[in-house]
Amino acid sequence: MTDPFPTAVAIAAAVRSGERSASDFLEAHLARIEQREGELHVFNLVTAEVARARAADIDDRVAAGEDAGPLAGVPLALKDNMCTRGVATTCSSRILDGWEPPYTATVVERAAAAGAVLVGKTNLDEFAMGSSTENSAFGPTRNPHDPSRVPGGSSGGSAAAVAAGFAAVSLGSDTGGSIRQPASLCGVVGVKPTYGRVSRYGLVAFASSLDQIGPMSHTVADSALVLDVIGGHDPRDSTSIPEPPTPLLDVVDRGVDGLRVGIVRELALAVEPDVAGRLVAAADALAAAGAIVDEVTVPAAVYGLTAYYLIAPAEASSNLARYDGVRYGIRVPADDTTQMMSRTRAEGFGDEVKARIMLGTFALSAGYYDAFYGKAQKVRTLVRRDFATAYERFDALLGPTSPSVAFELGAKSDPLEMYRCDTCTVPSSLAGDAAMSVPFGTGREGMPVGVQVMAPALGEPVMFRVAGALEAANRG
Amino acid sequence: MAEWETVVGLEVHVELATASKLFSGAPNRFGDAPNTNLTPVDLGLPGSLPVLNRRAVELAMRLGLAVHCDIRPAVFARKNYFYPDMPKDYQISQYDQPICVDGWLELPSGVRVGIERAHLEEDTGKSTHVGGADGRIHGSSYSLIDYNRAGVPLLEIVSRPDLRSAGQAREYAEELRAILVATGVSDARMEEGSMRCDANVSVRPAGSTELRTRCEIKNVNSFRALTRAITYEAQRHIELYESGGAPTQETRHFAEDGRTHTLRSKEESHDYRYFPEPDLVTLDPDPAWIEAVREALPPLPAARRAALVDATGADRADADLLVRRHLDGVVMAAVGGGADAALVLTRAVNDLPEGAGRLDGAALARVAAMEQAGELTATQAKDVLAVLVTEGGAPDAIAASKGYEAMDSGELESLVDRAIADNPDAWEKFCAGEHKVQGVLVGAVMKATRGQADGKAVSAILRDRRG
Amino acid sequence: MSGRIGRDDVAHVAALARLELDDAEIDHFTRHLARILEHAADIDELDLDDVPPTYHPVGLRNVLRDDIVESTLDPAEVLAAAPDAEDGRFRVPPILGEAP
Repeated sequence: MTDPFPTAVAIAAAVRSGERSASDFLEAHLARIEQREGELHVFNLVTAEVARARAADIDDRVAAGEDAGPLAGVPLALKDNMCTRGVATTCSSRILDGWEPPYTATVVERAAAAGAVLVGKTNLDEFAMGSSTENSAFGPTRNPHDPSRVPGGSSGGSAAAVAAGFAAVSLGSDTGGSIRQPASLCGVVGVKPTYGRVSRYGLVAFASSLDQIGPMSHTVADSALVLDVIGGHDPRDSTSIPEPPTPLLDVVDRGVDGLRVGIVRELALAVEPDVAGRLVAAADALAAAGAIVDEVTVPAAVYGLTAYYLIAPAEASSNLARYDGVRYGIRVPADDTTQMMSRTRAEGFGDEVKARIMLGTFALSAGYYDAFYGKAQKVRTLVRRDFATAYERFDALLGPTSPSVAFELGAKSDPLEMYRCDTCTVPSSLAGDAAMSVPFGTGREGMPVGVQVMAPALGEPVMFRVAGALEAANRG
Repeated sequence: MAEWETVVGLEVHVELATASKLFSGAPNRFGDAPNTNLTPVDLGLPGSLPVLNRRAVELAMRLGLAVHCDIRPAVFARKNYFYPDMPKDYQISQYDQPICVDGWLELPSGVRVGIERAHLEEDTGKSTHVGGADGRIHGSSYSLIDYNRAGVPLLEIVSRPDLRSAGQAREYAEELRAILVATGVSDARMEEGSMRCDANVSVRPAGSTELRTRCEIKNVNSFRALTRAITYEAQRHIELYESGGAPTQETRHFAEDGRTHTLRSKEESHDYRYFPEPDLVTLDPDPAWIEAVREALPPLPAARRAALVDATGADRADADLLVRRHLDGVVMAAVGGGADAALVLTRAVNDLPEGAGRLDGAALARVAAMEQAGELTATQAKDVLAVLVTEGGAPDAIAASKGYEAMDSGELESLVDRAIADNPDAWEKFCAGEHKVQGVLVGAVMKATRGQADGKAVSAILRDRRG
Repeated sequence: MSGRIGRDDVAHVAALARLELDDAEIDHFTRHLARILEHAADIDELDLDDVPPTYHPVGLRNVLRDDIVESTLDPAEVLAAAPDAEDGRFRVPPILGEAP
């Protein structure tokens, strides 16, 4: 499956050198949006005019001999849960319909300063809760490879934006797999950085101890480039790692000779045969490229889903309390404030969000904290420990990203079935480690399959090396 | 009739004296136009994140160390509840790991009161209720919210239930306030809301050690209100028990009528669902920092009282009064200079205003000596002190100017020497033979004695000095 | 111990979370949440007595900022987003209870 769309690396180089204009690249992307957006519903908002002004500005600067930055002219799509000043940020929820933040997220400021051109805010599962983007209050996004199927979630819009050539790169957010899983389903690269590596300032919080912003792109190098731009310490985020991160763009082609890669047994067992087949192929490819590949066990990983579905809703129940109709967003009138809040939230939130808020409230409530939230955080410790043990013997780990290829819209009506989409991605989220999905061929019905590369906290350099090798093998 | 004992614990919230808020750089300022001191963090906007203010931590430690607490690693926690003055509908506070634990303070009367803990938390916004009686919530038609106060740093100081009377509770609150002011932690003004006291009141049969049902009393806006509220509440409990009933555990408001009242709305059982704040990391001040804060503590009221008692034999009440009025410094200096302690104390307690104006220890000692020697009557001594307080100066000169005593030559000579030292150019010229500058030097002495010195005697001393 | 969650529990947490639900919705969510918690029982078999909880994946300590005043939001922009405002303040319907 060849990818005809230009990469961010190529675009930035061409724009910076004056070879081709930012406006030109932008128009090509806008044309594709024009063509297929009606069919795919990738965006909540396309910011064409602002983008054109920005691209023109970059072209002026290049003409004046200035360096327009490492992402010069690169069309970028942002998941609509990242604050953009003066531009609607809805989290695909009715409760924030029309809200324009008075400030901009750190990662967006950094990307813009590097020359990126924002083309639009992408659709997501409401408040990032979901694995298919079907929980959006504004309708689902469709998979560009097959519009009868989901793009995955919750960053379905961002994944589809790249897959459909609407943007060269996009930013998504990952809490339990929300970048990696849609990346896999849409056949693009998606990275969940080490927790703390990328600032969360301006990311509308879902589960604070798990959320991370990360890039999605056609190529591994593009994600490395974007991560180099957006990552690094932010004094406005107390959970942001102080030490400057290692630059990644240059490590992508270093190869995997002598690297020890472990296939995580517990994750490999959780998937459909076509996906399992691609995982085997990936392992073989790495071995052929010089890596030492073996199986490894991370026993607590099988409890990851349970722990995640107690911790994330608990934190979410608190993070979403602020949507009460008082200061911004919609308000449903009532005779007193308590009723106003209850009605506003009942009307403003979709069912999945309500369910998770209630589950989370329950998990934290008096008499249940120890049994649920408290216990889940202990399970989290076990998951971290088991990964740490695995990393003593291996430089990186390998596993599937998603148990299956993209499924049809409406196919998973049982919430538990939907939650199981996260089985392979949740464990590294709990550990706070680095993880990414790399496209590796196709599975059933020609749909894309991604494989997941995992590395210890701040192990992005080795992770990108392995990813680079897989990409090369997949190409060749 | 059984005898009853009142049991009180106080929860005091103080606003910390920082320039910016606890978790953001918005100004920590009172009285500005509504909603003008906000960053995204203070409004709790989606995507905003808290970052802890170093100075707030320092002030918390200062107070903790001043009341003998252990400084411990602290974990911030979310206290979850819905209320329109709460921007996030949770308050960032500290729960089972507060920064200060297990302290105590000694009241002027000598009673030691345990302090269970002190912790940091953010303040809420402020609501104004429109349409009800007296701006109260009950019967209001709507409310208006100003979030300027949201995010202001608070220190919540919780005493153990060691207070045994309304009077003691007041003493505790006043002593705590004195410490807060002395250490610069807070200006702690109850009437302005920078110090808020809630009292937990219960009673028990005298001599028992049980802890019975307590009620929390809020809306206490002055020290006087504090004593009235506790007195009323204790009596209310006693009457309930004596009539065969018992108080219900609840929160009550102290009202203008001198009584406490149950809250009219349905008492919601508050499940705050505390959990560690995921957006903030553990606070673990290093020992060097804690030591630096400890070493920089100023002399505290209890220490000042003790020093005064040691040096002067003052009784507790006098020591307390003198420290509150910031007179201990001048008394210590006077007594240290050899003056009679009892007399100094009497004058200080009865005749000096707060702070003692321009009176210094040496002058106070001199007046006491003069009074003791019979050179001044008590009334005369008070007069001289009054002048010293408002204008400063030399006791002998003042006494002389009032006709109380002739100025002795020793004093005049030292005044001349002083004039010489203060006017070196004039002295040099005078020594060189310039006659006219003598006026400068004589004038200086006249000024110091308010015109009462003998000009001829001054000139004679000048010539003598010149040689 | 993760067992089932009952209808009363759901009604209770809905109120705690300020979500107004009708009877049909309470039933629906009770079934939904019960199913999830049923499957969450798998962690009951683990011995977690000596395992400390992980609240923060990154082991940072003492992240502090200097006590410096920074620029604030334009109040006009802030109030423009308000569903209802008066006199520079956010307006809300009558508040029935005192703050806890």
